[in-house]
Amino acid sequence: MTDFFQLVFSGLATGSIYALTALGFTLLWQASGTVNFATGEFVMLPAFSMLAFMSLGLPLLASFGITMLLSILVLGWGFKRVIVDPLIRHGMMPLIVATIGLSMMMRNGVRAGYSAEAFSFPSLFSDSIFTIAGIRISASDFGTFGFAIVIIFGVQMFIQKTVTGRAMQAVAQNTESATVLGINVKRMVLYTFAINAILATTAALLVTPVYLAKFDMGSGLGFKAFLAAIIGGFSNSRGALLGGLIIGVSENLAGAYVSPAYKDGVALALFMVVILFKPTGLLGKTIERKV
Amino acid sequence: MTKHTQAPRLHFFSSNSIKLAITSLISITLACSLSTPAQAADSVKLASIVELTGSGATAGTNFKNGVNLAIKEINAAGGIMGKKIETTVMDTQSNPGIAKGLTKKAIDDDVFAVFGPVFSGSIIVSMAETRRAEIPNFTGGEAADITMQGNPYIFRTSFTQSIAIPKVANYIRRIALIKNLAIIYVNNDFGKGGNDVMLKSLDPSKTKIVADISTDPGQIDFSAAILKAKQSNADGIFVYVNEEESARILRELKKQGWNKPIVGETTLTGQKVIDLAGDAANGVRAHVGLTVDAPNPAIRAFKAKFEKEYKYTSDHNGMKGYSGVYILKAAIEKVGKFDRKAVAAALHGIKISTAAQPGVLMDVEIDNKGDLNRASFMVEVKNGKQEVILELPMIPTQH
Repeated sequence: MTDFFQLVFSGLATGSIYALTALGFTLLWQASGTVNFATGEFVMLPAFSMLAFMSLGLPLLASFGITMLLSILVLGWGFKRVIVDPLIRHGMMPLIVATIGLSMMMRNGVRAGYSAEAFSFPSLFSDSIFTIAGIRISASDFGTFGFAIVIIFGVQMFIQKTVTGRAMQAVAQNTESATVLGINVKRMVLYTFAINAILATTAALLVTPVYLAKFDMGSGLGFKAFLAAIIGGFSNSRGALLGGLIIGVSENLAGAYVSPAYKDGVALALFMVVILFKPTGLLGKTIERKV
Repeated sequence: MTKHTQAPRLHFFSSNSIKLAITSLISITLACSLSTPAQAADSVKLASIVELTGSGATAGTNFKNGVNLAIKEINAAGGIMGKKIETTVMDTQSNPGIAKGLTKKAIDDDVFAVFGPVFSGSIIVSMAETRRAEIPNFTGGEAADITMQGNPYIFRTSFTQSIAIPKVANYIRRIALIKNLAIIYVNNDFGKGGNDVMLKSLDPSKTKIVADISTDPGQIDFSAAILKAKQSNADGIFVYVNEEESARILRELKKQGWNKPIVGETTLTGQKVIDLAGDAANGVRAHVGLTVDAPNPAIRAFKAKFEKEYKYTSDHNGMKGYSGVYILKAAIEKVGKFDRKAVAAALHGIKISTAAQPGVLMDVEIDNKGDLNRASFMVEVKNGKQEVILELPMIPTQH
């Protein structure tokens, strides 16, 4: 039984990273109708940026801070201005194709410009392991889960409790009415892109010690996050959290109790079941769009 | 209105764009072909077809760097029998299909010999092409069945699994005294081949396999696999996966508090794995056919030259590529002419000593299948470095 809880906990840590990335998916979708298939690469680029700053001698947290600012600028503002704004006018399809192209460009750019090899990445948390009621939990799992949950709830609180957050919700629910109410719609949408960049950079900090910094590290993560967002409900940001955690935990359980060979198929199986029986996702609703 | 909204989409597929794309493609192709130097009469062409991207990137990059270093040295010393070596490097992307296509291309380019791919799954597919064209093909692949198909043009640069794994099995049974063994292997040709030989090599009455766990190439999370190994009550684990996965497994073993022997073959204690796994690699033991840390002057010299050239320490794949070029050189010099068929024939049964050809790094013999034999080592990782703890002498090849 202790093994079971151990698996659940380590699954929660992995799942919380899926959730962070999935939250980026849902936020962008709600605020601007954008589906970003380069989400995984939005995690990979900050990882390499942090490595670059660390190679200049900066400590991990300082590199994280600078990378965060760069991400907001490049992956938030730059992405919106250069790719989303010009393309969204022509509908969803060109934008989807463009983000797929962007993901390839980022992957191959890092591969060509940096290296195709994997690099180790320091962990924010120590390697120590502690035992609670017979369950061995590593400090890194605990830290990753805690950090991710704090960020996710922080974003939730910001959106629900602050004036800016409420304005963002208004934009997401009805852009025209929000404009009439005097809300600066463009700015609110920009904030969403900035939050997406923050989530991606945080995910990079947490996930890279395990995934290793590599040009293709984002492809699996981006895909799992996309599935998590759909399973939880694309129109609900709490759904992203739920979807991420469900995938993380069930992957681990299937890996241990069925066969490690089926581990990666679990997310897809869950995705199909959810799509068949509840197409809007577990927490999704058909009509209203909430942030 | 409708026209306006549709116009930009149509633009993606306009005939101008297509023309532009085709023109660019043609000009890129032309530029590439023009930049390849025409073969001069006093040169010999080699092709490196290796994994520069994908899951084999570490192995392929090292192999290619080793090959290039040897070529640079040989050219600086006047070439092979006065002919300089020209080389082309191609990336298989760790994909057997691409490897096969690139091998065909190398044959069309009339290369004298092909180096790579390193991955067993790729060489098994691509070597049919070099065999058909009667071109010697050196590989870093270790899967047993590569040399079991009667191909007279395939040559290894490292042990086959059927020589290396029994040495590990011997160590597990006689020295590490492991009674209940868990195995974690990667589900590709390399991993399955190794797992099969290990299962055959261990006497079940002395060492029982209590868990035989298959994992995916490129797998990220090994918590379930390691937990399964722990649940099996094994008193030792044999890990047989590729580089990055090795590092992740070692980290996971440490995370889950594994305190029993961890044994592997070559890859597990490679420098890249040690760098990626950090502390988690300490104490791990592996059998290695080649190690830059071997107490051997030729290998020490190679290590220093490689570090000077590439600013990092070579792993065994760098040594495979490097020594492979010198093995070819020795065979060409033995034959005395640039005749592919004669060179391939001469390679079978060749014995090369480091006294005559220091670049082969260790005295080496190649049998009539293309399998290679030489002394080997058991190493342990201590403070982030491989240390040789045992030297195992060359044993006669047995099939």
